[in-house]
Amino acid sequence: MTAPAIELKGISKAFGPVQANKDISIRVMPGTIHGIIGENGAGKSTLMSILYGFYKADAGEVFISGQKTDIPDSQAAIAAGIGMVFQHFKLVENFTVLENIILGAEDGGLLRPSLAKARTTLLELEKEYDLKVDPDAVIEEIGVGMQQRVEILKALYRQANILILDEPTGVLTPAEADQLFRILGRLREEGKTIILITHKLREIMEITDTVSVMRRGEMTATVKTADTSPEELAELMVGRKVLLRVDKTPAKPGAVVLDVKNLKVVDDQGVERLRGIDLQVRAGEVLGIAGVAGNGQSELLEVLGGYADATGTVTLNGTPIELTGKNADGRSRRNHGIAHVPEDRQREGLIMDFAAWENTAFGYHRDPAYQSGILLNNAAIKTDTQAKMDRFDVRPPHPHLAAKNFSGGNQQKIVLAREIERNPDLLLIGQPTRGVDIGAIEFIHQQIVALRDQGKAILLVSVELEEILSLADRVAVMFDGQIMGERQSTETNEKELGLLMAGVQT
Amino acid sequence: MDVMPKWAEVVLVPLISLALAAILSALVILAIGEDPVAAVKLMVSGALGSTYGWGYTLYYATNFMFTGLAVAVAFHAGLFNIGGEGQAMLGGLGVALVCLFIPWPHWTLAILGATVGAAVFGAAWAAIPAYLQAKRGSHIVITTIMFNFIAAAVLNYMLVNVLRPQGSMDPATQRFPEAVHLPSLHELLAPLGISFSKAAPANVSLLIAIVACVAVWLLIWRTALGLEIRSYGKSGRAARYAGIGSVRITMIAMLISGGLAGMMAINNVMGEAERLVLNAVEGAGFIGIAVALMGRSHPFGVFLAAILFGFLYQGGAELALWTSIPRELIVVIQALVILFTGALDNMVRMPLERLFLAIRKSRTAKATKPAE
Repeated sequence: MTAPAIELKGISKAFGPVQANKDISIRVMPGTIHGIIGENGAGKSTLMSILYGFYKADAGEVFISGQKTDIPDSQAAIAAGIGMVFQHFKLVENFTVLENIILGAEDGGLLRPSLAKARTTLLELEKEYDLKVDPDAVIEEIGVGMQQRVEILKALYRQANILILDEPTGVLTPAEADQLFRILGRLREEGKTIILITHKLREIMEITDTVSVMRRGEMTATVKTADTSPEELAELMVGRKVLLRVDKTPAKPGAVVLDVKNLKVVDDQGVERLRGIDLQVRAGEVLGIAGVAGNGQSELLEVLGGYADATGTVTLNGTPIELTGKNADGRSRRNHGIAHVPEDRQREGLIMDFAAWENTAFGYHRDPAYQSGILLNNAAIKTDTQAKMDRFDVRPPHPHLAAKNFSGGNQQKIVLAREIERNPDLLLIGQPTRGVDIGAIEFIHQQIVALRDQGKAILLVSVELEEILSLADRVAVMFDGQIMGERQSTETNEKELGLLMAGVQT
Repeated sequence: MDVMPKWAEVVLVPLISLALAAILSALVILAIGEDPVAAVKLMVSGALGSTYGWGYTLYYATNFMFTGLAVAVAFHAGLFNIGGEGQAMLGGLGVALVCLFIPWPHWTLAILGATVGAAVFGAAWAAIPAYLQAKRGSHIVITTIMFNFIAAAVLNYMLVNVLRPQGSMDPATQRFPEAVHLPSLHELLAPLGISFSKAAPANVSLLIAIVACVAVWLLIWRTALGLEIRSYGKSGRAARYAGIGSVRITMIAMLISGGLAGMMAINNVMGEAERLVLNAVEGAGFIGIAVALMGRSHPFGVFLAAILFGFLYQGGAELALWTSIPRELIVVIQALVILFTGALDNMVRMPLERLFLAIRKSRTAKATKPAE
């Protein structure tokens, strides 16, 4: 019997009082794709960081091809034949593909021979794995799918036999993801071992041979993919039965709440980010904006949320909203009745060093209910925060804890509680469940649907097609700053939307 | 969860830093052939051993409280105001104008007027770099440094060409009228039956500095504006999301900062010199940066750090006076304190965090063992 490509025995790692990995053991056979799935904070990334030499395990052993191996740093990991493709690419934007590939793996002080050697190797790799890239293209000029290929080639150039991919499809269109999976399949055929970290059940089912489930730092199960189902995996991840589809009744759209006409945004570099957007959101419906990240969805939210200048007309319940000047800011938007759950909750929606109660007041801190004289009425804010935390089941329910000490899902609940409980006419919500664990996703989706059922208008931006399809009543697809098309969510599918997302008019 | 308990964070880290700075200073003193123990004794007795010493220590500390608070407020908004020196100089000009050209009936009114004058002039001097940063993106560190030089030149011009009394060779204003004389601690404490050195310059401004500490604490931690300033300092993007204008916060924070720096002049110009001289600030604007760093930008920390630096200043002066330790060495000692408490913070913090982590681990291990 062949030795496993990677075997971990009893890996444990604690950060202070938090046990990130608890006695984890897995075996991954060569020439297979092994999925690791788990909620955010389940310890997947920690485990892989140990394997790649970023962290030192408190206990446990690593065996590579049957050999016990110490991995004190990433150099050692590369030497052991491990390659890692991070969620956020580690590429130098203004270097060419070739330069990025040799970066850190140059032979000698002169670049020319290394580049020449890399060029030949690259051609070989291209043939062997069907991985096409232009070696002289500059990174910032090629798409994300291509950039990811460069990352994979970087690992292969360093003779990696084991590839770890961390959430690789987060930034890809469905079509690009399919292409990635074809590449991974090809690598498997050539005998490479692949570890795929993801929280998307669909990907696990599609490509992996075996799958391990992690929950709260422990490996709860390792099963053959063929023998399991998405429902079972979800249950293993969360520890209880989970509703994968959102439970909701058909929308009863009312009057138009948000009316956007010919909205245009030009960024600092003079690039037109929104090129004439027209859309309407009615009371009692969720309009989902689908699209690959970076096609103008963020700009749309920023304009509507009041922190980017734009031209065009936007009305809320018939009242025009200012798009430039002094009153085009977040505060006046809130006064208009627009609440906003921003895409990047850690950098926009929350201030991580602030206590939960300060974050609950944040944005609404001028509310008279929060003042006493010229001072803030801290006691009132704390009481309010406590009530909101209880209603939204924020754990732990301590208003004094800093935002950074909550998990992603609970952070999102703090933001949601703050925005939803203001009873807005329009809720803007970006990536509501990014970095949020499955258990909390269910809760957040229920809150959004409940708000809709109260007759509020909701504009949802998400890069997760699954989420859009299950949550939105209507779907508008954005590509390159324009709306490519609108569909009823019940009358479309991922394939059709995927084509629109890629800019193909159907 | 935070690794260290709060008391370790706010008390232990600065104390260890301070101890390290002291040890290194002792080695330097040893190296030049002097006795460090005797030096420390002299510093302590010189700065804290008499009401005269205390009077000087507190006088310096008052200066540092104002400039330290100035830097701290700007820090909270994520702005590095290095211009405390220039703002304090201009504050001096404001005090001088208020004291010379308004006939005050009593010092109690005069000090209010002078405080306003000092704050307005200091704030105005900070307003220009603030505006340039907010509207034009000129980096505030660069502009505030530049404005220190411009302030010195302005003061030079004003004192030589405008405010110098006729026939005087000294680039300074005439003496302020008797009515604006501020009571020293000696005069303040005498009615309470406490005798305090007559010669020491500490005066009623100390109380204003303490009030300023409390006011800044209230502003930063207890008001909506303070929340906005802190938010902007922590995350510009989050502030933008919340509708907190960057121009507005930059202007307000710098105006407050400059105002506080300017207010130092009621201590050194009105309280001590009783006239405006060249270079009245004597570097207190820069010491304010160290004070704010060591005080972690918290008004109470600034208060304590200001007293420490007041001690170093006064103790250092005594050293220079009574020993052959050269004056420059005192600067070295002060620099070491700044280096350790301000710049090398992580050098102490990291091992300490590891220590606390180890302690907690062994504790939890002990706590869980019997259960096994």
